[in-house]
Amino acid sequence: MSTKEFTLDDLKRILRDSAGADEAVDLDGDILDAGFEELGYESLALLETGGRIEREFDITLDDDVLVSAPTPRTLIAAVNNLLGTDVAV
Amino acid sequence: MSTRVVVTGLGVVSPNGLGTEDFWAATRSGKSGIGRITRFDPSRYPARLAGEIPGFVAEEHLPNRLLPQTDRMTRLALVATDWALADAGMVPEDLPAFDMGVVTASHSGGFEFGQNELRKLWSLGSRHVSAYQSFAWFYAVNSGQISIRNGMKGPSGVVVSDQAGGLDAVAQARRQIRRGTALIVSGAVDASICPWGWVAQLAGDRLSTSEEPTRAYLPFDGEARGHVPGEGGAILILESEEAARVRGARIHGEIAGYGATIDPPPGSGGEAGLRRALETALADAGVRPEEVDVVFADAAAIPELDRTEADALNTVFGRGAVPVTAPKTMTGRLYSGAAPLDLAAAFLAMADGLIPPTVNTEPLPEYGLDLVGPQPRPAEVRTAVVLARGQGGFNSAVVVRAPR
Repeated sequence: MSTKEFTLDDLKRILRDSAGADEAVDLDGDILDAGFEELGYESLALLETGGRIEREFDITLDDDVLVSAPTPRTLIAAVNNLLGTDVAV
Repeated sequence: MSTRVVVTGLGVVSPNGLGTEDFWAATRSGKSGIGRITRFDPSRYPARLAGEIPGFVAEEHLPNRLLPQTDRMTRLALVATDWALADAGMVPEDLPAFDMGVVTASHSGGFEFGQNELRKLWSLGSRHVSAYQSFAWFYAVNSGQISIRNGMKGPSGVVVSDQAGGLDAVAQARRQIRRGTALIVSGAVDASICPWGWVAQLAGDRLSTSEEPTRAYLPFDGEARGHVPGEGGAILILESEEAARVRGARIHGEIAGYGATIDPPPGSGGEAGLRRALETALADAGVRPEEVDVVFADAAAIPELDRTEADALNTVFGRGAVPVTAPKTMTGRLYSGAAPLDLAAAFLAMADGLIPPTVNTEPLPEYGLDLVGPQPRPAEVRTAVVLARGQGGFNSAVVVRAPR
């Protein structure tokens, strides 16, 4: 069982690093249930973000995870599920 | 009669000036942007000089979201487009998306971005390659990113014909306007001063290996020994003359004529195609040779190519009968960006009544050219010709006219 946990801070750090951040969006605001599109990230940005999460956390995301995880909350849950970390966010 | 197509906006990113004003102030005073490469350590390469653009900080001009997905050439092109649109007094939101297109040229694509991703591929593995590599290196990426950033969904594309491409793109933009699109963003910006880009250029065997910035790029000189590469170019806003007049736009000048040819196969003994490209462009513009006030030369600085260009000019205009200049002696050759920058310089020469200088070079008398020397030459410029040649036999010529 992995002890690693994927947090909202991890996600924000990786988003900023891999795809940048829209000046009109405050990633430090209440974003857990915002759609990624609403946050300024299109599918390619999510693909790049997903790749970085896979590398850093040594997991393999299913191709449809990013499509079926349209908000930070659902993506964080999906990654932690793969990590075997049972955390509610 | 075909629709007249005019240029209403200029955006310049050049080694000797960032922005049209800086570029023109430097160019008319003969200020060079050529120096030893700083973007990587050139000491292990046989050619070590380039025309680099100093002081360009993309973060100051572009949204953060664009930075992880853009090569330097695309960042420069996006900023040049912003400046060109501002110069044209155009706000893209004011026009329907399908009335605006983007046709740029590209020589090599986003080499620096591509090099970084290839390095990750071979040193770290495929999982480390950016998803943005899928387009960031690509020839069409400048057109695509300009289109997305400005909401331009009309006829768009990229022209790849080596260093002639900058003129071929402008010609394609003119065609699209004649077919009914209101505005086309055209021109070209190239920037591939990185080790990968550099070895690709070295393989072409046309780079000067001189280490003296004032002696390295000497077109039409007895010591011509190849060129110095540079980065940058110009973005031009093209519209129909009628549309520009209706909205009261300031007009820089008209894209009046165009011609393009391909050289015969090497060794076939046929005449190079540059003369026919030039004659075709003059005929297309309805301009007689004696009406041309200045020629912006391709200026290859390869003796055989200099000879070909001099022969073409002397055949069409008469020996020494037209002033010839090569301001690219101050920037190096900017690949597909070179000819659009010369178009910008031609319009600025018209506005200023001044032909920009050709620095450093002492033309061989046998070429018979009236080459404008290291000082700018005051002259009324109403009609100008820009020539551009690309490796592989591309020859293009554009005739531009001052606003009526």
